[in-house]
Amino acid sequence: MNPKDLAFQPGKLQKAPENFLSRDFASDLTEKGMDDTRRGFLRNSFFGALAAGAAAGGMTNAARASQGDPAILEKQPWQTTLGQPVAAKPYGMPSKYEANLQRRESPGLTRVSAASVAFTPLQGLFGMITPSGLHFERHHQGWYDIDPAQHRLMINGLVKKDMVFTMEDLMRLPSVSRIHFIECGANTGMEWGNVAVPTVQYTHGMISCCEFTGIPLSLLLDMVGADFTKGKYVLAEGGDGSGMTRTIPMEIARDDVIVAWAMNGEMLRPENGYPLRLVVPGVQGVSSVKWLRRLEVGDMPYGAKDEAIHYVDLMPDGMHRQYTSIQECKSVITTPSGGQQLLTTGFYNISGIAWSGRGKIKRVDVSVDGGRNWREARMESPILTKALTRFNFNWVWDGKPAILQSRAIDDTGYVQPPIRMLREVRGTRSIYHNNAIQSWKVDTNGEVSNVQVG
Amino acid sequence: MFKLVKTMTSLAALVLASSLVQAQNVTEFAGIGRLATPAEVKAWDIDVRPDFKGLPKGSGTADQGQQLWDAQCASCHGTFGESNEVFTPLVGGTSAKDIETGRVASLTSPNQPQRTTLMKVPTVSTLYDYIYRAMPWNAPRSLSADDTYALVAYMLALGEIVPEDFTLSDKNIAEVQKRMPNRNGMTDKHGMWTVSGTPDVKATACMTNCVAEVKITSTLPDFARNAHNNLAEQDRTFGPYRGSDSTKPPLKALPGANYVANVSTVKTAAPASQTTPAKPAAAASADNAALQQSFTKNNCAACHAPAAKGVGPSNADVAKKYKDQDVLAKLSAKVKNGGSGAWGMIPMPPHPQVPDDEINRLVKWMLTGS
Repeated sequence: MNPKDLAFQPGKLQKAPENFLSRDFASDLTEKGMDDTRRGFLRNSFFGALAAGAAAGGMTNAARASQGDPAILEKQPWQTTLGQPVAAKPYGMPSKYEANLQRRESPGLTRVSAASVAFTPLQGLFGMITPSGLHFERHHQGWYDIDPAQHRLMINGLVKKDMVFTMEDLMRLPSVSRIHFIECGANTGMEWGNVAVPTVQYTHGMISCCEFTGIPLSLLLDMVGADFTKGKYVLAEGGDGSGMTRTIPMEIARDDVIVAWAMNGEMLRPENGYPLRLVVPGVQGVSSVKWLRRLEVGDMPYGAKDEAIHYVDLMPDGMHRQYTSIQECKSVITTPSGGQQLLTTGFYNISGIAWSGRGKIKRVDVSVDGGRNWREARMESPILTKALTRFNFNWVWDGKPAILQSRAIDDTGYVQPPIRMLREVRGTRSIYHNNAIQSWKVDTNGEVSNVQVG
Repeated sequence: MFKLVKTMTSLAALVLASSLVQAQNVTEFAGIGRLATPAEVKAWDIDVRPDFKGLPKGSGTADQGQQLWDAQCASCHGTFGESNEVFTPLVGGTSAKDIETGRVASLTSPNQPQRTTLMKVPTVSTLYDYIYRAMPWNAPRSLSADDTYALVAYMLALGEIVPEDFTLSDKNIAEVQKRMPNRNGMTDKHGMWTVSGTPDVKATACMTNCVAEVKITSTLPDFARNAHNNLAEQDRTFGPYRGSDSTKPPLKALPGANYVANVSTVKTAAPASQTTPAKPAAAASADNAALQQSFTKNNCAACHAPAAKGVGPSNADVAKKYKDQDVLAKLSAKVKNGGSGAWGMIPMPPHPQVPDDEINRLVKWMLTGS
């Protein structure tokens, strides 16, 4: 750590309270700069606001101006009136001031919202857990809120007994709770050829990380007497209109796959597969089949639509890689990130997330000069296998253009590659599995934008 | 030797510890779950594998397929499977040569605008499986086995993989597989099938002076600045990181700590439990919201927007065309049974799953200023 990084000035005084200015004026001022007219207006508005405060508080303008911040000096309604009772909102919701942070579609990406994506607003999140209501959505034929009393899980194929389980059955069994990321194979897929979208919500927002509770798939496979000699694959099938199917190799199925009913301590949200989904840690999200209704043990891969037409990676020689599954080691800086606006120079806490489908994150490095020089970031605990790891990095911005990057290394020793290296092997048309280093340019005006560097 | 055994034992212990639970004695779970009946397995186990395990007996002609296609598929996929309006095209980009080689040459061509389904799909079983399980889009599981054979035959005929008068059946589908244009175009020889696979790139973690010159090779073009709507409305309005106001050109200089973007910042959601009982005036708007929701839920909004032309005409255009005409019954029937494409190339698909009352309500709503 460079000690200079810590040389920020604490306790800097806010120059003038924002709420003195109308939004129009503040914005106008920012764009056109200060002139006499605006300065005069500003002075009047400042004293006007003080006068209003003074009338209430019985103090003179000058006295108030010298004494400090009205947010402190004036009694605020939340200090002087009775607040709302408990259970005013029986199911709690975020503050109204957080309403800008929502799942959003990327305009023009798809034509039909029932077969589309809503991206997680990573630019506004903290830590490693994605709030349930902001977990990204990807549906293939729309979502349903399925009555759990009517939901069944069937297991058949190369098993001693074809069996059916109700939710009661499954929830009686010994459960586990694990924190894992789910990342769509197409996350960052729009950026293979060039910069295409402005913010981290759209470049990387098809990843979320939650605590899932359910039973290990291996337990169910044991219960039905799966034939592990011949049965090398498990087909997972969803209960939605698309009856979505994906093949999972037995090696993965018996390792850490969860048949899950809960997410972040409550039942799954309908958009995330209520009442039952598969969670296949480290593997692209499409395999974590939602509304899971059937598992079949078989002796060959199934060549389903989402493994023979989609979710196949086109290579430069025209060959497609089929059954690409593992989400390789990747990271991204979430603040400051594309589409954000810095207001002043000085200290910033660069923060981001790192993850690997092969295990734990061992280290994250950050560069503020486009990859010329790197320094190690701080990783927050816990650091879990196939889960997001939050990293932070102290940075004092001097106001000059900067390019921010992060680079993760997992416990297999794999180093997150630059986009150039991936393109050399895979070209620019493979859509899936883009785990390249992301670059954000900070301009002298404080605007951060999405760029790629060579 | 002893050391080796010890190492192997600890390795085995590691392997066990890495899975979520150790081998369970499952007898203690007796009574949890039950045997599936053969009829139940038959009802749900409908997948068809590349070796045709699971394929039902049956057959269908490309001619029959065309009729089904025009009625149930063309509204999304185009008359010839070529449409790019709703989904990526199904047909196109394959040649007689590809059928010979089993590799689609146009996959390497930069001039090929879209990668169609027939260019990619290596296995004919995939087409059968997916059409049977999930099509048509708004009424999945409504096609019979024979319907599905007919539709696959028609798609393959459009791609000139089988002749126009072809009859596809469980008997000859394996022969058709030998003609699939991209049957040799897939590989699972890569490092991403399992955790133990070897990655295809090997980057190094250089720390200092790693690149001579940092060159920016790609940026978002100016015209796309606001393509994802106002970014200032997609971020917090306080704290160190605000969204940029993408409705305006970039700021000329650092804005300073007092900057407030000129946007309608926080959109407050309607409070859930604290609303006063709906007054008559508010009732209309609640009704409007319910209709809007139904319009979206039934996927009408996929093609029809309030004012702008989409795949289908805008609600405003429909209202204008039928102003002062008694067309409720006529249009409701069209929604239910599908139309002929009165407004353009893409015909209105049928919506048998939407209840009649709901269709009436929605049509009325479209006509009276949604």
